[in-house]
Amino acid sequence: MNFDLTWMAWTWPTAAFFGTILLLLCGMAAWEYASPGGNPRVGVLRFETTRGDRLFLSLLGSAFIHLAWLGLVGSNLWWALALSVVYAVGVFRYV
Amino acid sequence: MEKTWNNKAWFLVLPVLVLVAFSAVIPLMTVVNYSVQDTFGNNVFFWAGTEWFEELLSSSRFWEAMVRNLIFSFIILAIEVPLGIFIALNMPKKGWGVPVCLVLMALPLLIPWNVVGTIWQVFGRNDIGLLGYYVNALGIDYNYVQDPFDAWVTVIIMDVWHWTSLVVLLCYAGLVSIPDAFYQAAKIDGASRWAVFRYIQLPKMNRVLLIAVLLRFMDSFMIYTEPFVVTGGGPGNSTTFLSIDLVKTALGQFDLGPAAAMSLVYFLIVLLLSWVFYTVMTNYDAER
Repeated sequence: MNFDLTWMAWTWPTAAFFGTILLLLCGMAAWEYASPGGNPRVGVLRFETTRGDRLFLSLLGSAFIHLAWLGLVGSNLWWALALSVVYAVGVFRYV
Repeated sequence: MEKTWNNKAWFLVLPVLVLVAFSAVIPLMTVVNYSVQDTFGNNVFFWAGTEWFEELLSSSRFWEAMVRNLIFSFIILAIEVPLGIFIALNMPKKGWGVPVCLVLMALPLLIPWNVVGTIWQVFGRNDIGLLGYYVNALGIDYNYVQDPFDAWVTVIIMDVWHWTSLVVLLCYAGLVSIPDAFYQAAKIDGASRWAVFRYIQLPKMNRVLLIAVLLRFMDSFMIYTEPFVVTGGGPGNSTTFLSIDLVKTALGQFDLGPAAAMSLVYFLIVLLLSWVFYTVMTNYDAER
């Protein structure tokens, strides 16, 4: 069998990106194993969210923060990354 | 009694995970990889970083297509939802008329998108099309090939013709599930037709209406085949929606990097809107 994956055009930055997502998912699975039930609660959005919902919101929001930074500020994304981490902490704490 | 947890059941979802990986995750990963590179073919790629995203976000062409798409979705929802409710309310609830109406309503939904496009492309032509010929005969200057307004009217009427039935069928399903006791109680109270609609029928249709709005919004936001067949995105770019613009970039110009960046932004918007609709629907259920 030929496992040639050149058509997928992998690069180190994109591999690192997906590796991080995979690590986050593994981390969430381990968290769920250690503390089952998803920790549902009602936060500032006034509806129930589990920690899976909060991760989804963090990732989706981070994507839009990066896009907004690219469109409004420039291509240096380290500040956008820092802002995304702050946003994710906020989501996990208050949503 | 302690509930028994058996995590072996998770293995049952493995086939679905494999299917989703091949049909969605791997293509999505490839699109992400393409979005940061440039290629001239032969699987040779050059690193471009965030260039395509910056180019896209500052592109008036992209934002214009986005605004067109949002306006289109808003217009068709504003027409199809009230019209669908109106037709569903007036459909017979008993007797031979029920299957006849249901079949008639289902017919447009059974026609493939490209065929719908072809039907309306011919129907709207002012030389051989029934609609175009007679509208012009009435003294109205109608030509969807040259006039952007006429092209929009044609695409909107086509979508209304094709998809209002879906809203009708969903609303009808909600209406027939209302027990007769509700109507009898309303009659005893002397409720008006409007009061019956406002306090009995509309609340009972809420859930199906949310599904209808969700489905119609997502479908209209991703619309491609019908307007492409009828107008090809023209005249000019007047009916070039996001998906048409995307296909032009990816397959017409073979700009895989910019097309991949556009796909990802498009994907994120659809994901956000899906989440909003899903949250609204599930929370509405929880409140009930």
